[in-house]
Amino acid sequence: MKKKIVIVDDEPNIVMTLEYTFKKNNFEVYIARDGSEALEILESIIPDVIMLDVMMPKVDGYQTLKAIKENKALANTKVVFLTAKNKASDVEKGLKLGADKYLTKPFSIKQIVSEINELIA
Amino acid sequence: MSNYVLFFIIIIYLSLLFGIAFYAEKKSKNRWVNSPIIYALAMAVYCTAWTYYGSIGIAATSGIDFLPIYLGPVIAAPLWILLLRKVIRISKQHKISSIADFISLRYGNHRFLGALVTIICLLGIIPYIALQLQAVSETFQILADDTSYVSKSIYDDSTLYIALILAVFATFFGTQSSDASVKHKGILVSVAFESVIKLIFFLCIGVYVTYVLFDGTEDIYTKMSQFSNFERLTIINGFESGFNWMYTILLSFMAIFLLPRQFQVSVVENVREKHLKTAIWLFPLYLLLFNIFVIFIAWGGNLAIGNPEQAEYYALLLPLQNDNTFLASLVFLGGFSAVISMVVVSTLALSTMLSNNLIIPYGFLDRFLKNHPDRNAKYIKNIRRISIFSIIILAYAFYVNFSYELSLYSIGLMAFVIIAQLAPAFFIGLFWNRGSSKATIIGIIAGFSVVFYTLILPFSIQALTGSDDFVEYGFYGISSLKPHALFGIDFLSPPAHAFFWSMLVNCLCYALFSLLYKGNYRERNYAEMFIDSKNYKDLQDGALVWKGEAYVAEIKNVLNKFLGEERTNRALNLFFKKYNISPEVQMADARLINFSEKLLTGSIGSASAKILISSVVKEEEVSLVEVLKILEESKETIARNKLLREKSEELTKLTDKLSEANEELIQKDLQKDEFLDTVAHELKTPITGIRASTELLIEDAEMPKEIQAQFLSNMLQDSDRLSRLIQNILDFEKLSNGRSSLNFKKNNIRETIQKAIGGLRQIASKKNIKIISSNTSDVFAVYDEDKIWQVLTNLISNAIKYCKDGDGIIIVDYKYEKGLLEVTVNDNGTGIPNADMPFIFDKFFQSKNQNIIKPHGSGLGLAISKQIIDKHKGSIWAKNNKKNGVTFGFYLPFK
Repeated sequence: MKKKIVIVDDEPNIVMTLEYTFKKNNFEVYIARDGSEALEILESIIPDVIMLDVMMPKVDGYQTLKAIKENKALANTKVVFLTAKNKASDVEKGLKLGADKYLTKPFSIKQIVSEINELIA
Repeated sequence: MSNYVLFFIIIIYLSLLFGIAFYAEKKSKNRWVNSPIIYALAMAVYCTAWTYYGSIGIAATSGIDFLPIYLGPVIAAPLWILLLRKVIRISKQHKISSIADFISLRYGNHRFLGALVTIICLLGIIPYIALQLQAVSETFQILADDTSYVSKSIYDDSTLYIALILAVFATFFGTQSSDASVKHKGILVSVAFESVIKLIFFLCIGVYVTYVLFDGTEDIYTKMSQFSNFERLTIINGFESGFNWMYTILLSFMAIFLLPRQFQVSVVENVREKHLKTAIWLFPLYLLLFNIFVIFIAWGGNLAIGNPEQAEYYALLLPLQNDNTFLASLVFLGGFSAVISMVVVSTLALSTMLSNNLIIPYGFLDRFLKNHPDRNAKYIKNIRRISIFSIIILAYAFYVNFSYELSLYSIGLMAFVIIAQLAPAFFIGLFWNRGSSKATIIGIIAGFSVVFYTLILPFSIQALTGSDDFVEYGFYGISSLKPHALFGIDFLSPPAHAFFWSMLVNCLCYALFSLLYKGNYRERNYAEMFIDSKNYKDLQDGALVWKGEAYVAEIKNVLNKFLGEERTNRALNLFFKKYNISPEVQMADARLINFSEKLLTGSIGSASAKILISSVVKEEEVSLVEVLKILEESKETIARNKLLREKSEELTKLTDKLSEANEELIQKDLQKDEFLDTVAHELKTPITGIRASTELLIEDAEMPKEIQAQFLSNMLQDSDRLSRLIQNILDFEKLSNGRSSLNFKKNNIRETIQKAIGGLRQIASKKNIKIISSNTSDVFAVYDEDKIWQVLTNLISNAIKYCKDGDGIIIVDYKYEKGLLEVTVNDNGTGIPNADMPFIFDKFFQSKNQNIIKPHGSGLGLAISKQIIDKHKGSIWAKNNKKNGVTFGFYLPFK
């Protein structure tokens, strides 16, 4: 069965590259442009991975993560932050909130793919 | 029953009491000995022979008038939690051992005041003790059945022997320690025991009369109601009797606090403050039980004996009349218990006062200073013993001279009225810090004089000469000076009348002279401590400010004389340890002075302790409160204080400003960090897109053509965004650091607007948006055209961004008004959420409510525009239209 990934980011150009990459790697890809769209999608599907940006309009990445953690149906879903915020304090905050991985922008496509595969292996 | 058998019973009973006291003293750590019930029962020392026999006498002749004397304490009981607890706390803190100590300490450890209170107490209590002797003696005679016998010399008088036995008993019972503030647990337990005995025996006789001699309460009531005076016995007689009731209740209310024996058991002997909680319900309950049968015994007596002269002893006569000698003996023992406990506790309290407040401070101090400590302790004990013995013998003398005229009730009330003279000093002094020693002394003496004239003098004249003239006609026949009806107030009973006038005079003097004469510093210091007993510790122990001089060795020497070397060393070691002072210290500080005074107070009373300690102190000590008062009263210092305060306020203000500035700097620093973070974030976003697309284009050879094209166009877009962003950041930085100078020239705003619109027309028409600028008037103003062009471009392109494709209309207009040029850009787009309105000119603020397609702004456009307009000394604004869209505008000052 195909692995499912939800990509949550408000930058369409970045989303396009990720969507193309994960489709090619045999993922079922869902796109959300902010936290509230992501939570809407998560009501109907249970993905293997959620990839979250932090700085987004309306509902930001932190709030989204909190909502995900409260949803018991998503207990086995991995959450990865993918953001330009790369200060040590930001990373710490993200992991403390319960993210499984914290990746920073700009990223290498190859690295992202291997990190995600490793996470859901 | 023969005299000897009765004496034998008395001796046995006294031995039993001694045994109980001795045992309790030995087991002084026992839970029972320290129980609150013992404490509450000991308070029932309030019920004396007066209660036991006297109430019945009153009930037989005047009905329920015996009640108010118990209502006062019942009303007082709930107040104990508030009032008595405060008194107990103060007394424990100052090692106070009597009411005289308490009052004299409140008014600055005043020696004369302590002595005065002692004398007042003696005057009140000696007749009261005489009354107890009388009760024992008369009941003794009734029981011994030798009423026919008239004593010829005092050596034949059994009362003398009873008095002697009581005196010896009380003397050895009450004086085991020379420190009077040490608890007498043995005495307390035996008094509690006696309280139980007297209650039980009294209830026995009550039940006996009501249910054995008669057929229950109803029977007595019915039979009694056939008498003509019955109504008088069951009601309060109108207005005047109501006043009598009120004053008697008030009187007994005060007595429960002020009687030396009550102060002794409820304050000095109190082990724990919380025992009060038991006492406030148990004591009233005790009084209630005691009074249940009074009326029935009295009426039963009236019916069966009918001799009002002997009404006080109905409880004894009724069983005797029915040949029940055993029950009569029990009643006698109950009454005897009431007497013993009253006499023992009263003499104990009085002897402490007598020695600590009268004898030692007025004569024995010098002698003590020269003596060996062991001998001093013995001396003090002996003084107390002799005091107790003398008090009882004095009471006997009083009894011999006055007793035939007395009823138990009237002497009891007289004692209450005399003791009540301490009430203003005691009660008001607890709450009003202006009450001063001078006023207290005047008040007590004046009040007592009134009592003397209205109560003691007529009573004495009557008793000694048998003449009623003084009462009938008044002083020199002046009717308004009739002792029982001063100034025409003739409707009160003599005690209530005396109480009314004496209290009025006493309170007035107290209040008036307190207001007239302020006490000295020492006095006011103690007043503060009493009134605010919670904070007293800070005031007393913390009194580091002191202008005296004393050597520790000398103070130690004084302490040695009274406490002995061992106790002195132990106490001082504890003190040094507590305050972390080296034991080798030579000069004493204020804390040590206070501490030593307190130590000595227990042995010789506060007044003497003060005198002794100040004899080795070179100068008068000054406590912190006193210093504050001195400061407060010195005008010069006040002025200086004011200046100081102003200076310090200035300093505070400066400090505030400094910390404000510091806060601002920190804030700026944070903002700068935040700005850089945001810039980095904004720069990274297009770079991320470019980097990812490039990587895919290089690595993925199989990528479809159209996707390749998409990625390439994305890269182009991102590159543009990047360069725009860099340009904006530079502009913004230049503007905000003031490094970009404006090129002010006279320009035509119509032309500038046309140029700006021209640059954007292509993008607008691509989205099918119309830009309308129909104003054709030329308005010239001085501004930097490039910069204003930038602002206009920014505003119009924002409008384009937020307008819907197809039906978007943008109107650019301008007008000249009141020296200002106003330019507006109006669109029919989505508008700005009201919540965002205050922030739109902040840098990097991007509305959360943006279009679905993210407008690729830098987040700096409006911030830059604002800075440009600010540089022109104009202002920029935005407001939502009534229908759709938003209007941005700016004013430029017209030059």
